[in-house]
Amino acid sequence: MMTFFRDSWIVFKRAIIISSQNPLWIVIGLLQPILYLALFGPLLTQMAGMPGFPPGNAWLVFVPGLLVQLGIFGGAFVGFAIIYEWRSGVIDRQMVSPASRAALIVGRVMRDIVVLFIQGCLLSGAAFLFGLAVPLHALALGLLLMVLLGASFSALSYAAGLALKSEDSFAPIVNTFALPILLLSGILLPMSLAPGWLQVLSDLNPFKHMVTALRFVFRDEIWNGTVLLGFGLAVALLVLSAWVGTRVFERQTK
Amino acid sequence: MAQRKMIETLSQNMIEAHGLKRTFRARGKNIEAVRGIDLTVAAGEIVGFLGPNGAGKTTTLKMLTTLLEPSDGEAIVAGCDLRRDPRGVRRRIGYVAQGGTTAGIARAGLEITSQAELFGLTPKQARQRGEELLSALDLEDVWDRKCESLSGGQRRRLDIVMGLIHRPQLVFLDEPSTGLDPQSRANLWHHIRKLRDQFGTTVFLTTHYMDEADSLSDRLLIIDHGVIVGEGTSAALKARVSGDSLTFTLRDGEQAARAADIANTLAGVANIVTEANVLHYQIPKGAIVLPVYLRQLTQAGIEPIGAEIARPTLDDVFLTLTGRTLRD
Ligand SMILES: Nc1ncnc2c1ncn2[C@@H]1O[C@H](COP(=O)(O)OP(=O)(O)OP(=O)(O)O)[C@@H](O)[C@H]1O
Ligand SMILES: [Mg+2]
Repeated sequence: MMTFFRDSWIVFKRAIIISSQNPLWIVIGLLQPILYLALFGPLLTQMAGMPGFPPGNAWLVFVPGLLVQLGIFGGAFVGFAIIYEWRSGVIDRQMVSPASRAALIVGRVMRDIVVLFIQGCLLSGAAFLFGLAVPLHALALGLLLMVLLGASFSALSYAAGLALKSEDSFAPIVNTFALPILLLSGILLPMSLAPGWLQVLSDLNPFKHMVTALRFVFRDEIWNGTVLLGFGLAVALLVLSAWVGTRVFERQTK
Repeated sequence: MAQRKMIETLSQNMIEAHGLKRTFRARGKNIEAVRGIDLTVAAGEIVGFLGPNGAGKTTTLKMLTTLLEPSDGEAIVAGCDLRRDPRGVRRRIGYVAQGGTTAGIARAGLEITSQAELFGLTPKQARQRGEELLSALDLEDVWDRKCESLSGGQRRRLDIVMGLIHRPQLVFLDEPSTGLDPQSRANLWHHIRKLRDQFGTTVFLTTHYMDEADSLSDRLLIIDHGVIVGEGTSAALKARVSGDSLTFTLRDGEQAARAADIANTLAGVANIVTEANVLHYQIPKGAIVLPVYLRQLTQAGIEPIGAEIARPTLDDVFLTLTGRTLRD
């Protein structure tokens, strides 16, 4: 167990140093939510107050969605990086070391969490400038949910990348999963605006419940079943993803 | 008691493999990459693993280094059972993969340090040993450079530094000298020998280069189509080839074919091979046969452009063992 933490730390250190020396990706990853904030947010402020729109200021509805989106998309594409590392021989090299297999993926996920956390803070800062007003503890919970999601998607993405070992098959898979998740989770527009059948469909999407939970949190309604459900789903997803990711690393020798 | 145990482990073989097999499934077809390999490598030996492309060298190495599970067979590597204690194997071995080991966007020093730390070294020890190894392989001033900015040969030498950083008792080198210029290769050989002489390191390396196999390895294993077809010192293997190796260059393939027919009538001839307009065969007492054979060619109206006689090489050994040349 000690070696697991030690090895994860070593893998994390290497990964974060490489990221800090190649910061372009961090900037590009941040660009998308900032653009949404600047170009899409103003549209929403016009819609607030329409029938079906959840209560509260438009930013209270929109920023939780953006945080969830940042978490999902910040994690979903890291699989490209593991394909690159596998092709360079880094994965094989680390697998011949005595390091714990789980540490090889956990260390990388930790790097993604740190990067994501920085992006999330910058995004929230920008949102405050646009007019978001939430208590700090609510924002902290928002960042926590984003990090839970980011960690899950990053682990799943590494697993998929390493299992497929080809950008050409990995890219369509990510897009196939990411787009419906995005559209059915009410990240951009609240699902309460949708027709009945679409609402039923989106109820099946766990990410919708996370977005809804975070909207409650941002309205400072924290102790209720909706919030518990959203965060519970996020934790369950993380446990599942960590297991899948470790399995894929272990099964590399098959 | 503890000491006795240590001596026992030391005197044991570094690698002992029995019936190692590996079958890949690709597009519904089974590829038998390795079909039952037995091998023994003693502690402190430098063993060369020789064979043409696709023979199964890398697959064998990946099995012995715990990267691939054998489909069948057993092996004890560095005193640990491959299946029951893969982590014990990993702790004791070093591996330099054929296709490289470093990320282009990472700096050389970072790759070295992070790898060393996974083996339990401190960053300070890693730096010190890393710099020593780098300068031993003529690679000064690369610590802060990104790996992608190194030349092919420099990056290959960095791979070797990474594989040796934790001073393993047993190293696997998969074509370590691909892409190195002659001087760097000679330097690498020197370093590998020094490792063995100073630290008793056991080295198991694959190669395509005859001279490397010849001059670096104490013993050779020859693999073809996933099985070991020959084994022994370079001299012993060559002694099994009967006679000298004769090569003739002719005007075209048709003449080469006719020349081959004539060669076929010579007493004691073996391994006649024609490749385009080049004819090759082996025969005892080649120096006496050569003028006789040239006269026969002239009588048949064939004028060779060139003729060459040579003591048998490892290539001839391979030809004798498998009926194909190693260069295929
Ligand atoms: N992952 C894999 N899936 C399917 N087939 C494979 C795989 N790896 C290797 N093979 C096949 O197994 C055989 C042995 O390959 P291997 O890489 O061991 O050869 P090698 O002796 O190292 O050759 P080279 O000199 O080219 O490096 C080849 O036919 C190869 O195509
Ligand atoms: Mg190979």
